[in-house]
Amino acid sequence: MSAPSKGGASRDGYGSALLRLSSDSRVVVLEADLGKSTKSCHFRELYPERTISLGIAEQNMVLVASGMASSGKIPFASTFAIFTERGFEQVRNGVARPGLVVHLCGSHGGVHTGTDGSSAQSIEDLALYRTIPGMTVMHPCDDLSAEELTVQLLNHDNPSYTRTARNKTPRMYDQETCKSLKIGKGSVLREGGDVAIISCGVMVSESMKAAEYLSSKGIEATVVDMHTLKPLDTELIDELAGKCKGLVTAEDHSVIGGLGSAVAEHVSYNGGTPLRMVGVSDRFGESGTPQELMEAMGITYGDIAISCESLMS
Amino acid sequence: MDNVQLEELARQCRRHIVRMIHSAGAGHPGGSLSAIDILVALYANKLRFDLENPDWYDRDRFVMSKGHASPAVYSILHEVGFISEEDMMSFRKMGSVCQGHVDMKWTDGVDFSAGSLGMGLSFGLGCALAARMDSSNRDIWVMVGDGEIQEGQFWEAAMAADFHSVGRLNLIVDRNRIQNDDFVEVQMEVGDVAKKLSSFGWDVKEIDGHSMEEVVSAIEWSSNNIGSPTAIIAHTTKGKGVSFMENNPSFHGKAPTDEELRMSLEELT
Repeated sequence: MSAPSKGGASRDGYGSALLRLSSDSRVVVLEADLGKSTKSCHFRELYPERTISLGIAEQNMVLVASGMASSGKIPFASTFAIFTERGFEQVRNGVARPGLVVHLCGSHGGVHTGTDGSSAQSIEDLALYRTIPGMTVMHPCDDLSAEELTVQLLNHDNPSYTRTARNKTPRMYDQETCKSLKIGKGSVLREGGDVAIISCGVMVSESMKAAEYLSSKGIEATVVDMHTLKPLDTELIDELAGKCKGLVTAEDHSVIGGLGSAVAEHVSYNGGTPLRMVGVSDRFGESGTPQELMEAMGITYGDIAISCESLMS
Repeated sequence: MDNVQLEELARQCRRHIVRMIHSAGAGHPGGSLSAIDILVALYANKLRFDLENPDWYDRDRFVMSKGHASPAVYSILHEVGFISEEDMMSFRKMGSVCQGHVDMKWTDGVDFSAGSLGMGLSFGLGCALAARMDSSNRDIWVMVGDGEIQEGQFWEAAMAADFHSVGRLNLIVDRNRIQNDDFVEVQMEVGDVAKKLSSFGWDVKEIDGHSMEEVVSAIEWSSNNIGSPTAIIAHTTKGKGVSFMENNPSFHGKAPTDEELRMSLEELT
């Protein structure tokens, strides 16, 4: 699959998806004063009667969404990833426990968020939501895949959390290829028999770069866009574990509890496939450009390549 | 039902409450007994629901935010026909439809999954916004405890309800002045709740929450007032109806012993 050159931030895809979903009158959008950032603002502009402004009050927003879901609506609520965490217990007790289908989107996830600094860089959101029974957890890698996966939530029976990114990253899909995406199914972007890189979000393009670099050194890598962390595509992981010497996970998220942990939890049962995790070690971010921060945190394509090489020796 | 009938029904529910909690060996009698007169008036005379179709989309909603007062909810749900005596008496036991805290996933006739305080008004607001979008005249009732409104989320919801002018949102504050550890005034006094909610744009009425006449009339007032969100501050007595539980913080979350059950039922005949 070739990567088109145009870029797009996954949050833009979320905004476009809401517009596509607008034809269903059950769809409602909830905002907590960050609609311009999460991109729900486009829906608000066209459908103000179905957009609820809750002000800077995330806990209330989560339960308002839950009440609406109990009354036949399909709520899409968004704020920064980090601020969804203020309503974490509300998601746990007020949404997931009664099984109400609310779709929560946290934008500006990861250190890639950049200069806002560590207060805005959620590196634990995926871990948190993964622990909630029945939650679907996604982290798409570009605008087109975020749009496609968000649109698919319309017919999804579980509550969900989707992390989007603030900044543009290279597109991994085009209008046609993104149609093959499916919630819960990893997307193989590149095939190689030596090592498999399983990544999500902004790290998918880094993983593709790492694979190209490795190829020049004679190592062939499979690259998977594991846009859905939960439910995890364990079938695909087993297949990769069977054909490759090892697995490398790559995420702009703490190595504690995120994609790497999810994969580790699974492979611990299948004979202990060698695994390396590229992610933010147990530390906070800081202000800086996305590139500077990724270098400082050790989550560039070079770091992925080093991990892959270590599995080959 | 007239007020005398409602009072007798409330007495019957009080007997269920103490029996349920005694049988479970755990539960919250104080806040169940303070709330029950209001629940009886609502369920017997006001709420529109369908026993044959508990999920009827246009039913009125009752959001019990102080979910630990579940025995009060189960007692009236039993009396109106949603749950059997056997189910009611299985309260808190493994597999029971009567979970420790009210839970919409487990019990027909329950509209909210409570247990974590401070969330119910937000949920009710969501129900009210959805009803307005559907051009429905279903009413949304929310009951909170007075200790509960120490939660910041309650005030987020109170502000949002006024901002969105949801007239069919009806709040009842069970002002029994006792919370888990001690009296509310010791833990974190919530003060003049009526004044605070008024300043948030709510129409507010204060009543004696054990005077059936005042309860019934306040419910009518609230239901008819659809211009803005309304709140009834019901001044109540924790443990009302059982003398040794009344105004006694130790009966916030404690089951009666065999002897205490006997004494309770004697007082509630």
